[in-house]
Amino acid sequence: MTLSGLHLQSLNLSHFRSHKRAEIDVDSRPIAIFGPNGAGKTNLLEAVSLFSPGRGMRRASAETMTRRPEALGWKVSGILTAPDGVHEIAFQSENGNPRTVRVNDKPASQVALGRIARVLWLVPSMDRLWIEGAEGRRRFLDRMTLSFFPEHAEATLNYEKAMRDRNRLLKDQVRDPVWYRALEAQMARTGAVIHANRVAALKALAEAQENAETSFPSADLTLTQADGDMPETEEALAQALADGRPRDVMAGRTLIGPHRADLYGVFQAKGVPASDCSTGEQKALLISLILANARAIAKDFGAAPILLLDEVAAHLDAGRRAALYDEITALGAQAWMTGTGAELFEELGQRAQYIEVTEQDGQSCTKQIALSS
Amino acid sequence: MSGRNDIDALIDLMARLPGLGPRSARRAVLHLIRKRALLLTPLSDLMQTVAATARECLNCGNVGTGDICEICSNDARANGLLCVVEDVADLWAMERSGTFKGRYHVLGGTLSALDSIGPDELRIPKLIDRVTSEEITEVILALNATVDGQTTAHYIADQLEGRVALSSLAQGVPIGGELDYLDDGTISAALTARKRL
Repeated sequence: MTLSGLHLQSLNLSHFRSHKRAEIDVDSRPIAIFGPNGAGKTNLLEAVSLFSPGRGMRRASAETMTRRPEALGWKVSGILTAPDGVHEIAFQSENGNPRTVRVNDKPASQVALGRIARVLWLVPSMDRLWIEGAEGRRRFLDRMTLSFFPEHAEATLNYEKAMRDRNRLLKDQVRDPVWYRALEAQMARTGAVIHANRVAALKALAEAQENAETSFPSADLTLTQADGDMPETEEALAQALADGRPRDVMAGRTLIGPHRADLYGVFQAKGVPASDCSTGEQKALLISLILANARAIAKDFGAAPILLLDEVAAHLDAGRRAALYDEITALGAQAWMTGTGAELFEELGQRAQYIEVTEQDGQSCTKQIALSS
Repeated sequence: MSGRNDIDALIDLMARLPGLGPRSARRAVLHLIRKRALLLTPLSDLMQTVAATARECLNCGNVGTGDICEICSNDARANGLLCVVEDVADLWAMERSGTFKGRYHVLGGTLSALDSIGPDELRIPKLIDRVTSEEITEVILALNATVDGQTTAHYIADQLEGRVALSSLAQGVPIGGELDYLDDGTISAALTARKRL
């Protein structure tokens, strides 16, 4: 079944990164963006990534997104078709202040945004995901989890707030057991939610991989813990935090909880850990997971998410590229993809729309290209 | 352009008040000058009086003009109920409702290790003393539903457990609220705290 219930109809940028002004009108088909390095292709993807809760795909502050040297502040807006209707969404930042979100001309929260839109991305910096530190994998897992459970962000923020307070007590060698218990109760409540959401997200991903007809390799994913097991329930986590207090005082930080989790991936067909796979295989595993995530969301949310695939074609041969494009179009996802040349998207043909991005006098220029049939 | 005068200085000061900006401060000052006898002079007199007399109640932390506030001095409010709030604005909000007839205890903030606000910076030791000395039967924790608010509530509950009945404000659908506009957390809390009809 082809679902095209979630897509941007238009994207407008004002003083955002290299784009002084850009107005793009698109339909629900994938969008191939091509142009030389440094032209501003990824900046368009970053603008779209703001339509999902969080700091966007570069995790940048609002201040750094402003166009220099003007530094006037920036605005990104768009009309989004979602399963529940059409929404006018706008983001704005002035004088280096955090960005504000408006949905249909009314101020809205990040959580509200998460209920309207689902956006997934794959960027070149994630190519080393399986071989770098656990933090990147945890972030990757949490983004996938957030796509299923918009309230996951709030639980994470509250958990981290309580943990920062507890870590300060540990560093300051405060010995007030009641204060620790009060903070640990907050951490246990939110930590158990975080863990349960992650477990449920991994289950949904495993199911989506199991039943899929795909050219990309499946990954077996397991949630692991830095040391020991993650306590499953709120009560067990509260107890583990209380028991671990003497050790945590020595370390000056909290050593147990969902912030110590890691994602372990195995190339299913070969039984080889993802970290030991070749660069191409690791990339293929990531694409496979993004596609599985998209399929699971399509089933759960009623529409495939918007996909942002930055330089995705770079490591894929022509056969794999064609397979990827076939899967994206079968899914009905509005995928925004970048590449240095139009030839990288040849296999898409009329199934996609094309935007050329060039740089002139320090400004990005976008031009929508009509493909001759 | 003339130099800075007292009116400009007054506008600058007014603009620093919560809820006012430079434009609204200018309007307010202009209004006061036009209504000199009716507003400006009485306001000025009252501000001087309040500046000289306003102080925190030694018992509960409320703001009043004596060492002990009117609520704490009123024997009719010694009904065994003590409502714990974060700051005076919360106390005033509770008083506006007119439904609570007991006494209050203003903490003066919430626990925050990152901001170096511990139990001793708040009025928690005084609260524990009051529970015994004023023969309190129930402590109502009316703290905000934030991480800091709930941590503080947990801390106080832990300290007072077994000594007095403890309760917290209900969380759920506000009066006149529509379910469609509520967030998932509020609906979930309302369902958990549902009551029989």
